[in-house]
Amino acid sequence: MKAIGIILAGGNNDRLRELCSVRAVSAIPVGSSYRAIDFSLSNMTNSNIKKVAIITQYNSRSLHDHLSSSKWWDLGRKQGGMFVFSPFLSNDNSYWFRGTADSIYQNLNYLKKSNEEYVVIASGDGVYKMNYRDVIKYHKEKNADITIVCKDLKDSGKDLHDFGIMEFDDDMRMTDFEEKPVEPMNTTASLGIYVISRTLLIKLLETVIPEGRYDFVKDIIIRYKRQLHIYGYKYDGYWNTLNNVKSYVDVNMDFLKRDIRNMFTKESPFIDTKPKDEPPAKYNIGADVKDSLVGSGSILNGHVSHSVLSRKVFSGEGSVIKDSIIMEGSYIGNNCVIENAIIDKQVVVSDDKKVIGTPDNPVIIAKGTVI
Amino acid sequence: MRKKEMIAMLLAGGQGSRLGVLTSGKAKPAVAFGGKYRIIDFPMSNCINSGVDTVGVLTQYQPLLLNQHIGIGIPWDLDRKNGGVTILAPHVKDGEQGDWYSGTADAIYQNMDYIDANNPEYVIILSGDHIYKMDYSKMLEFHKSNSCDVTIAVLEVTLEEASRFGIMNADENDKIYEFEEKPEKPKSNLASMGIYIFTWDKLRNALIENHKLHSDSDFGKHIIPYMLNNGDSLYAYRFKDYWKDVGTIESYWAANMELIKTLPEFNLYEDFWKIYTNSDNQPPQYTAEGASVKRSLISEGCEIYGNVENSVIGGNVVIEEGAVVKGSIIMENSYIGKNAVIDRCIIDQNSVIGANVNIGGGENTPNEDKPKIYNTGITVIGSGSVVPDDVSIGKNCVIFGETSKEMYNDGKLESGKSVITREV
Repeated sequence: MKAIGIILAGGNNDRLRELCSVRAVSAIPVGSSYRAIDFSLSNMTNSNIKKVAIITQYNSRSLHDHLSSSKWWDLGRKQGGMFVFSPFLSNDNSYWFRGTADSIYQNLNYLKKSNEEYVVIASGDGVYKMNYRDVIKYHKEKNADITIVCKDLKDSGKDLHDFGIMEFDDDMRMTDFEEKPVEPMNTTASLGIYVISRTLLIKLLETVIPEGRYDFVKDIIIRYKRQLHIYGYKYDGYWNTLNNVKSYVDVNMDFLKRDIRNMFTKESPFIDTKPKDEPPAKYNIGADVKDSLVGSGSILNGHVSHSVLSRKVFSGEGSVIKDSIIMEGSYIGNNCVIENAIIDKQVVVSDDKKVIGTPDNPVIIAKGTVI
Repeated sequence: MRKKEMIAMLLAGGQGSRLGVLTSGKAKPAVAFGGKYRIIDFPMSNCINSGVDTVGVLTQYQPLLLNQHIGIGIPWDLDRKNGGVTILAPHVKDGEQGDWYSGTADAIYQNMDYIDANNPEYVIILSGDHIYKMDYSKMLEFHKSNSCDVTIAVLEVTLEEASRFGIMNADENDKIYEFEEKPEKPKSNLASMGIYIFTWDKLRNALIENHKLHSDSDFGKHIIPYMLNNGDSLYAYRFKDYWKDVGTIESYWAANMELIKTLPEFNLYEDFWKIYTNSDNQPPQYTAEGASVKRSLISEGCEIYGNVENSVIGGNVVIEEGAVVKGSIIMENSYIGKNAVIDRCIIDQNSVIGANVNIGGGENTPNEDKPKIYNTGITVIGSGSVVPDDVSIGKNCVIFGETSKEMYNDGKLESGKSVITREV
């Protein structure tokens, strides 16, 4: 049951506003010490997948920085390892990746030079913990051509118009798939996690790309929905994705819930990330911290509640941070008020300044801003 | 043949018996410090930050934890194709029986092959016992510019303290003409820090000559006096920054407590001289709604539901609701139950303290079994201990191993008593 992995981490998302103007979605910091891609990447290694390709395109500098060494995910190996693919120029190719299928096609050699039987494809912006082995096992049992992991999003508060909605027969064979429908036919959505045999994937890509079809969902899943045996694998565990500012805030605040936090941080297997070697967080005499995550290397002198603080955050005396997300290396001066805000990395908020948003419309302060 | 300018030999085999139960089952360099670190992280990080990328770590006493911690050296960037970290344990040699390391210099003597294989010009000898940040490359520059055979890092101490150290008597250029081990009447205040740079061929010769005379060669007792007699050139290199020997329970506790000052003398928060350590995963740290944390260091993965004040907390520690932790050091993976009160206590890793336990009350009576080790009011809980719910424990007590309620008279352990259920 050997498999290789592909993580699609090229995407940008305008609805994440300033958070995505400096980085790809999969490089967004999440839950105080992680970046979005850590989840799918750790899922790969925790599922005993020893060879993983990460396909990047949009503003990949911070992603490359994060992935500068494969050893943090135990992928620094002679057998297998981590491959990071960016668009490239050559004599017979001068295209950006024209779609998800095309991004894999342009790196077809990765598939051809492998001999593992299966490919697990995941996107780099999901926050969840999943054993892909279970999906592969199911894929074999069903004798499927493609298996798509899906989840009922009925009570999730998610906007179904943003997802691929799937319909099944009694055996869980997919009968219909609508991409971002105006009127969703039901509430079961694709999570963008696929299992497919390596040889079939090569065959499909070699068929569709020369026809000028570049999208994995539209041109493979929907187009071949009757010809191929496509099955759904229902997933009931925690899952979220960073598809807009609200979901970004929700994911972070979910880490304040003990059961969800424990699932990610206390229960084996663990989510790995690039270590930053900061000292322990320091709570000084004026610190008053409630219901918050604090990253290492932070120095706190003020009030913090219901917030997620990344590494190396400084909060000054008399400052109040509430219902906010503060990323690495940001400095909050004395007597500041930060409420319903997302403060990106390396922001300086000078003494006595206020940054106040609303729960529905949090203020986002872009990376490196000085207020 | 490969050549390294300078390699480091880190002596990490010592027990550190004055740290009592904290060094049961692990060598002193493996004792936790400052929340997430272990003592050996300081010299190891100094090495890589000083550009020394070949480090031999000499282990002997209880090396398992140390071996696991160091691994192949990934946290310190010491996983190298050429050089890197190598654990050097005592071993059997051709044609003879193996010998334990019987002295600091003897340990190096027994590993001359390792040093020769790296073919260095200079060797720096370090110990895994101290907390400090030092740029060894500056010391090497000093060594080279004075054409030294040996450079000894020294600290200026008060004359009263001087009789506890090896003292260098040096001329106005800091050239050493005499060495006195723990002199009653010190003539100078330059105390050896146990950090030496040797020109390798000089040291090599001295090790061989001294081995012929005695099998327990020691740097302070034998090698330095031998080289002085030999007319070699020895210099003292003055170090002016923070340096702490954390050899006793009280000094260990105090050095940790110093870190929680608003502006501590020893700065861990410096970007360009980071201290690296091995922590398997680095999840965020959570402080709950009902918690109160002040003047404390809290490491990654901790879950704080209770009150913490003036304390240093290691990684993945859980402090439950209503618990009060004051003036204490709690090491990684320990658990403090609901409403427990912990005052001036050192709790080693993987320990479980039950609900409503009270530690640190009562008279300051020195420990009955080991009054020289436990006498400043600090109670010490050894690693992997379990303290049952509802008991109260006094000052200068020692708990080691799993304990149950019957072991406490009326649920009480008076100051100075011990409950030890595991072999020490």
